[in-house]
Amino acid sequence: MTTERILNAVVVAGLVLFPIWAWMADEPFMITLATKAAILALAGVGLNLALGIGGLVSFGHAAFFGIGGYAMGILASHAQAYDPIFTQPFVFEGSKSMPVIWLTAILASGLAALGIGALSLRTSGVYFIMITLAFGQMLYFFSISWPAYGGEDGLSIYVRNSFPGLNTLDPIQFYGIVLGVLCAVLFLLARLAKSPFGLALGAARQTPLRVETVGISPYRLQLVAFTLSGMITGLAGALFADLNRFVSPVMFSWQTSGEIMVFVIIGGVARLFGPVVGAILFIILEHLLGGLSDYWHIYLGALLLLIVLFARGGVIGTLTGREAAHD
Amino acid sequence: MTDPVLQTRGLCLSFGALQASKDITLDLRAGEIHALIGPNGAGKSTLIKQIAGGLRPDAGQVLLDGRDITALSTAQRARRGLGRTFQISELAMEDTVLQNALLGALGAGGNPFRFWQSALGHSDLRDRAETALERVGLRDKARMRTSELSHGQRRQLEVAVALTLNPRVFVMDEPMAGLGTSGSETMTTFLDGLRAEAPILLVEHDMDAVFALADRISVLVYGRIIATGTVDEIRADKTVRNAYLGEDA
Repeated sequence: MTTERILNAVVVAGLVLFPIWAWMADEPFMITLATKAAILALAGVGLNLALGIGGLVSFGHAAFFGIGGYAMGILASHAQAYDPIFTQPFVFEGSKSMPVIWLTAILASGLAALGIGALSLRTSGVYFIMITLAFGQMLYFFSISWPAYGGEDGLSIYVRNSFPGLNTLDPIQFYGIVLGVLCAVLFLLARLAKSPFGLALGAARQTPLRVETVGISPYRLQLVAFTLSGMITGLAGALFADLNRFVSPVMFSWQTSGEIMVFVIIGGVARLFGPVVGAILFIILEHLLGGLSDYWHIYLGALLLLIVLFARGGVIGTLTGREAAHD
Repeated sequence: MTDPVLQTRGLCLSFGALQASKDITLDLRAGEIHALIGPNGAGKSTLIKQIAGGLRPDAGQVLLDGRDITALSTAQRARRGLGRTFQISELAMEDTVLQNALLGALGAGGNPFRFWQSALGHSDLRDRAETALERVGLRDKARMRTSELSHGQRRQLEVAVALTLNPRVFVMDEPMAGLGTSGSETMTTFLDGLRAEAPILLVEHDMDAVFALADRISVLVYGRIIATGTVDEIRADKTVRNAYLGEDA
């Protein structure tokens, strides 16, 4: 067992034990914090597929996070108003069921990622960063100016959506759902990283010319990776909206894109658990430093600088002592 | 005489005022090694890119097995059976030697869009990759990270990746570059045996290797082929001696 695997196991144990402690100590706020960390981790895990394995520095993943959030907001707001979303050519009702909302969020963000990726992947380097940012900002301003779903004020959902057999209003049960989703996605990505697709995608990051020369189009690999990545971040967006029972254009903002990227960089780019560690640290810092100063981001910025300058493998890279994540 | 496997017909390419390829017609026949030599800046790399993909000629055609591949992408040409090696190794340095060979097997074996099973667990891919490594003598280095390989071993791996494709033709850009005397000799022996499998278009500066291996040689100077012929013919050719080989060759 490698050091990294032991570390991953410790993280999973913490994700299971901390909320159980909070539940027994009757600290529901701590459970909510853990839930937030797990959801943001999932958003980062989505980005890590594109950024880490694929080398695609997307500065527009808030687009998918927001689409997932609004998928939840739109479905649930129509359901709570007993008002179908549209009636032509067929009746499309809203929904308060999490599995239905998740599926919608995944499909919608996947479609958006396919379109954005198809255009953005024709560029690379700094142009790719800028064009993904531009798409994110387009959706941000669209959400602000669309009055049907709250515009700038966002949308409130009165009751958390339902999951068959569970009471989602109970913090620990909702946390269980979120942790289950996170673990399932991590498991799938662990398989993907070792699969033929993961191998080819990683090679396309390192040497696209070689990949072409063996008859594989790097563009297609990257487009599929970008789409899957958007789907995962979109699912996280739906869960985040459900946690807050509120959706607003902030989910689409470039600061959100930046935060998601910060999770990945702090934890360790291309490490399976990198964004999980990054999101947990982010939430801990926000909680501890946010109590000391409204300007706590300055400390986060300092940490980020230190990591980028001195610890390229992020926290996981530093603790396990191996710089490159690929074996 | 059999039909050529690979052919170029009247390839022309200019970059602004510079004519990098002037009406280049050459062919590669089954079972032969056809060496392409010429001084630096003669347009060898430009020609290789027009053949293997990466540059589109202004005029002319590239034919593989009699079919026009001029408009195809690099990846499509590879799938038609064009196996290329690079002058400067193009390898995934963070991956293991075996993973690099697997990538070739994956390109040749079809579908990279498989997400579930481990790449190492596909026995068809793995057999193909390991056979190729065995042939170039890298089998015992399979688990090593590619960045830890010596320069010469990277050259061997470069050839192994091309082998996994089971190509119809090899297009090799200076496979001996940077190899020492013994490395060059080993590679020469290996390429000598390889021509029976698929013909090789060989760009090479190492004249010992060229004279030992080539069935035919074409000499490229200032974007134009000034002579094509057997080793003896080229050695005897006056224009070639003046332009490239020098009097002592």
